[in-house]
Amino acid sequence: MQALRKLATLAFVAAALAPVWAFAQQPVKIGFVMFLSGPAASPFGVPAKQSADFVVDELNAGKGPAPYGKAGFGGSKIEMVAIDEAGPTTSVVTEYRNLVQRSNVDLVIGYISSGSCLAIAPVAEELKKLTNFFDCGTPRIFEDASYKYVFRTSPTATMDSVGAALFVKEARKGIKSIAGLNQNYAWGQDSWGDFELSMKTLMPGIEVKTSQMPKLFAGQYNAEISALLGAGADVIHSSFWDGDLEALILQASPRGLMDKSMMVLTTGETAMHKLAAQIPDGTVLGARGPFGPYAPDNAYNRWFSKGYEARFQAPPNYASYQMAQAILGVKAAWEKAMAGNGGKRPTNEQVGAALEHLAFDGPGGHVRMAIGKGHQAIMETAYGMTKRAGGKLTMVNVKRYPAEMVNPPEGAKSADWIKGGFKK
Amino acid sequence: MDQVGPVLVDGVIYSAWLFIAAVGLTLVYGVMKILNVTHGSFYALGAYAGASLTGAWLARGYPPALSYAVLLGGALLVTLVFAPAIERGLLRFMYAKDEVVILLVTYALFLILEDTIKLIWGVNPYFVAEPYALLGSFEVGGLKYPTYNLILVGLALALAAGLAWVLHSTRVGKLLLAVIHDPEMSRALGVNVDRYYLVTFTLACFLAALGGSFTAPTVSVVPGLGVDVIVLSFAVVVIGGLGSLPGAALGAVIVGLVRSVSVHYMPQVELFVIYSVMALVLAFRPRGLFGLAEPRKI
Repeated sequence: MQALRKLATLAFVAAALAPVWAFAQQPVKIGFVMFLSGPAASPFGVPAKQSADFVVDELNAGKGPAPYGKAGFGGSKIEMVAIDEAGPTTSVVTEYRNLVQRSNVDLVIGYISSGSCLAIAPVAEELKKLTNFFDCGTPRIFEDASYKYVFRTSPTATMDSVGAALFVKEARKGIKSIAGLNQNYAWGQDSWGDFELSMKTLMPGIEVKTSQMPKLFAGQYNAEISALLGAGADVIHSSFWDGDLEALILQASPRGLMDKSMMVLTTGETAMHKLAAQIPDGTVLGARGPFGPYAPDNAYNRWFSKGYEARFQAPPNYASYQMAQAILGVKAAWEKAMAGNGGKRPTNEQVGAALEHLAFDGPGGHVRMAIGKGHQAIMETAYGMTKRAGGKLTMVNVKRYPAEMVNPPEGAKSADWIKGGFKK
Repeated sequence: MDQVGPVLVDGVIYSAWLFIAAVGLTLVYGVMKILNVTHGSFYALGAYAGASLTGAWLARGYPPALSYAVLLGGALLVTLVFAPAIERGLLRFMYAKDEVVILLVTYALFLILEDTIKLIWGVNPYFVAEPYALLGSFEVGGLKYPTYNLILVGLALALAAGLAWVLHSTRVGKLLLAVIHDPEMSRALGVNVDRYYLVTFTLACFLAALGGSFTAPTVSVVPGLGVDVIVLSFAVVVIGGLGSLPGAALGAVIVGLVRSVSVHYMPQVELFVIYSVMALVLAFRPRGLFGLAEPRKI
């Protein structure tokens, strides 16, 4: 009798502890890489880290909205290892190797700088570690090469420029000339190049009055603003971000640059809240996709934006959305792979196979891994104009463009696709 | 051509900013023969102090008209906190060493101060727009310019005139000129060279901080603000001649106008036009336009 009772107690305890045990399986270690210092920290890196903190905590507690309700990744708790992307490219690569080989992470989500992404992609292939780029914009990654372990759950920067061109054509009648003010490095050059090409394809005969390319972080744009005022173009395109974007807004508004010309700020959403008082009405702001003010009113967005704002006292910006999307996408793939693996923990190869050509939903809306042989996401995009209403900055005249209209088709290079007239 | 007006105005504004940023650098080199890389950090410190103090001042509802005094006060504060400590605590022991060693020390200090700034103020950008917008605007050639830019120009002119007067018309200034020409002889003649070094370093850092502080209302103050300034200041100072104040002024004017012309007429070359001017000057006058001739000493 005693023995039976002991056995019964043991069995009861074991059964009670079973869920705890199941959860206390080996955690999923995810390496997160973004700028935590330097100029790209404040507009992109820190909001992304905060988003990761929020999403990981919510998922681990099983509070994700369906179908993300399972705790962690398929029941295994997520363990975050966050490192700083700052530093020269060689140290970024070294840190990645450390993350994979010394910290033994199961997968990596990160990278804001296109330079980092281009350098990391081949290393990820070499180390056979599933790596999801969440923010960097260069289309070159999947246009110039194919990868098995590298993915990107956010659309490329091509979408931003094409979307901007489409919006501008609709929103302002009788455009005859454009001008640009972009930072003189890969991001600025590519953004302006794509926009200029798109405008010339959509509206042949359009004149480019001037393209100003000041040094990155120059900070002083008086001369450039004078040149733009003198040129008097109908539309001015700028892909400035962070301090440069804020300096531009602070220096351009009092001089009336936005009065004569329609100003398009392709990453303007990040400055929207802080500089609400300084941005004149009618400025076109981009959020690199359907994020921030352009995010759809779905269950995911409600969960994400309310929870994020409650925790950090500031609304999430597009970098936050991209990070959330990156985590949810990988979770969906992980759990799909797990289901196909009889409930066992999937390998990187299995997760990769599940993530290829996957379609999933997040706070930004519907995401389809449709190009780059199923490794590159496409989404719709949206642009709108600012209007101050009751002391708050809102977006009006919002236009959405379906994914196929603003992203190149499978196998096409962005520049060729634009030049060829956006053929599907 | 109604572009000439705006080109000149832009050139003058940029030159004024360059002069304020660069004059401290040439002063330190002239007196102490040190290439002071920390110059950029003091510019950044001044900008952060000016932006955050003015922001706090305006947030408390104090009169905006006095925000300019707050900008000045901010620059003074950071200078007094950091400059004498650096000079007395560290640089003083390096004067006898090679110039390269001192350069490395100031570079190391620059890196330390960059991180100190991040420790104190974090990584978020600061901006304080009110002083910029407060004074309204004026028009040249059909283009609007905020009147605040005239403050920068006025400050540069006041600095130039003030320094010239101090150096040539006061006893202290003449002794400083003696120290510039020959520190050993000055020391032998009873001049307290160490004190002159301390004062010069503090003054130069204050000028850098002042430049940063008064530029702060026109930009967004971000980490890394000081790096750009050092590079440009070196270019200006090298063109004008290391150690020469009229050289710094002339260098600033040349660089400012050349850049303004290139932005308006040929923006593609804007990035390197400053350095091509520097290369050109150095090719024909390696010591810079007003470089001091240094007699060889045995």
